[in-house]
Amino acid sequence: MSPSRSISNDSAAALAERRWAMVSVGVIVFILAIIAFTSIHWATMPVSGIEPIDPVTLHVSGEFIEQNLGTQIGRDGSVTVRMIAQQYAFNPQCIVVPAGTKVRFRGTSVDVVHGFLVTGTNANAMLVPGYITTFTAQFSQVGEHLMPCHEFCGTGHAAMWAHVKVVAPEQFSRLAAAGLGVRCD
Amino acid sequence: MSAVIKARHLILAHFWSAFVVFFAAILLGEWQMVVRSPMHAWVDLPEHYYRAVTGHGTAMAYVFPTLVAMGFGYSIVELALKQALIGLRWAWFAFGLLAVGALMAVATVAAGGASVLYTFYPPLVGSPFYYIGVVMVVVGSWIWVGLMAVNLHAWRKANPGLPVPLAMYAATAGALLWAWTAVGAALEILLQILPVALGFKDRIDAGLARVLFSWTLHAIVYFWLFPTYIAYYVIVPRAIGGRLYSDVMARLAFVLFLVFSMPIGVHHLFMDPEVGAGFKYVHSVFTGMVAIPTLLTVFTICASVEIAARLRGGHGLVGWLRALPWNNPVMLAVTFSFVMLGLGGAGGLINMSYPLDSTIHNTQWVTGHFHLIFAGAIVIMYFIIAYDLWPHLTGGALRNFTMIRLQLWLWFIGTLVMTLPWHVAGLLGMPRRMAYFDYSNPTIAPEAWTVTAAALGGAMMVASVVLFLWVLYRAQRGRRMVLTAYRFSVPVHPVLVVPAPLNGFAVWVALMVGLTIANYGVPIFHLLSLKTSVPAVFSRE
Repeated sequence: MSPSRSISNDSAAALAERRWAMVSVGVIVFILAIIAFTSIHWATMPVSGIEPIDPVTLHVSGEFIEQNLGTQIGRDGSVTVRMIAQQYAFNPQCIVVPAGTKVRFRGTSVDVVHGFLVTGTNANAMLVPGYITTFTAQFSQVGEHLMPCHEFCGTGHAAMWAHVKVVAPEQFSRLAAAGLGVRCD
Repeated sequence: MSAVIKARHLILAHFWSAFVVFFAAILLGEWQMVVRSPMHAWVDLPEHYYRAVTGHGTAMAYVFPTLVAMGFGYSIVELALKQALIGLRWAWFAFGLLAVGALMAVATVAAGGASVLYTFYPPLVGSPFYYIGVVMVVVGSWIWVGLMAVNLHAWRKANPGLPVPLAMYAATAGALLWAWTAVGAALEILLQILPVALGFKDRIDAGLARVLFSWTLHAIVYFWLFPTYIAYYVIVPRAIGGRLYSDVMARLAFVLFLVFSMPIGVHHLFMDPEVGAGFKYVHSVFTGMVAIPTLLTVFTICASVEIAARLRGGHGLVGWLRALPWNNPVMLAVTFSFVMLGLGGAGGLINMSYPLDSTIHNTQWVTGHFHLIFAGAIVIMYFIIAYDLWPHLTGGALRNFTMIRLQLWLWFIGTLVMTLPWHVAGLLGMPRRMAYFDYSNPTIAPEAWTVTAAALGGAMMVASVVLFLWVLYRAQRGRRMVLTAYRFSVPVHPVLVVPAPLNGFAVWVALMVGLTIANYGVPIFHLLSLKTSVPAVFSRE
């Protein structure tokens, strides 16, 4: 191999390496740009906002007392689901939400770390004692979903499953006509 | 210099304990897969299931990879620096501390004293002996970090101005990464959990604890990954008859891990209420950056493999693939490792995008993801590290290559059979860490086959480990071989000088610490100012 051949091989090798590095960086930047775009444009934000709450007094006063739990319709027509998790059940164990409507979830834990997901959807969050978890979800189709606790919360963790019923908006309005809160039963 | 490693008793103690712990932990894993599958009735006591999960996680996350990294690190000191290990007594002390700590932690879990999982999950709090055991394991490994630095320093003094051998440079980078990575969990245990477990306090800040643990939780994976990447660079090209494509790129990959693997841990907390959306996005961005050193590694190793093929007469755009030594276990393992790294890495890019993560967060998908990376891409190269060093540690030859190939195939197929269905289950919404499932529920019934598949894949992995241990045992007991000096890969171009920053760590360690403080400082101090502690919940049987 002549010296000049060797030098051109070397620069070809360095060029290939540099091109690959640029493609790699480009791919990552592209992915991050998509995340930023969807976050802002479609408002697909993660759970956000840090709101402390004392789990000890949760039951007796404030937002998470018994009659506030479940699905509530605000005066402006907004739909909010409030729930609490404790070893080893959610309260309420069954949630009704309207299809095609933005639903705000607000939840917290009484004891240890829990979490939940509404299966088949991207409604998914952690419930950490001491903090209120807030996020918004929208269910496009009518149907029933399971809602398991998905974070280890003690030896009874595997028994902690709840349900979510997505009903047609008209049906939801009928259920809501009875009062401000909507429940499964 | 004799071809057998002088510190071999020390290193063999590390490797044998690592692999025995690994075997015990994998049996626990397989038991979990069987008892929660449709093939078995519901487990009598779910608490037993969670003891097994805690034992499996503790052994696999804290003990097994740490022992492998330590043993491999000591080997590199002797083989790459060509000097006797300084601080042999300290190394034995560290090993003893680690062994006692590991036994104490595991015994506490086995007795039902700490079914809290290896990720701790305060305000759940278990027996203090569990946490003290884990701390002893970490402190033992920190002594190893110190020894790596001391040995490198001594070599530098004896060889002023010379480039540090790549293997040692990378192993020291891994040690430094671990030293700083472990600080998050150490703070959580020492400042938050232990005072409660010992009865001095009864409240704990669950959110702060999760933030501190996330500091450790992601970078620990890169600590597990380091021996594997070191093997890619310094063992694979030599073992298959090639050259390392670029020594400088290798160093760059290792220091980029040092810089980018800590300030990203909040991606484990995307769905958590104790960190704001801003820092979640920042950590997502840095998570993207930590993919860069892996992408560089893929290029460099593929190019090094191509060199081997062309040296063996391979030609054509892809025709050279045929010329590779496919019968060579190292060739086989690195191929399997890359396939699993590719699949796992693609899954990782999905996890780091929180809009996508929200469909699979804390589902079986995540279990599939990290088993594909750790059990798959990482551990298969641990096997290769052991096989490669074994003759130099024991003086015995590895004779049965067919059995080694079978072992690697079983591991590869077993891992895929276990983890790919888990990804599907996760997309269907199957949550993690369930001791049993109600398969009669029509929503859960379609997921049942994935649990059976995991049990089947797990059984193949158990069989693979039995073969692995058998091969090592036979070689150690078997016929002696005449050893030539151990060699690491040689780069295409001899390394005469390397850029000064890539011969030391000052810049990279400063960036590592600085970026961690930048990305964690505000979330941590914000939570400290909120005072959101809650009553602890004791987990004792």
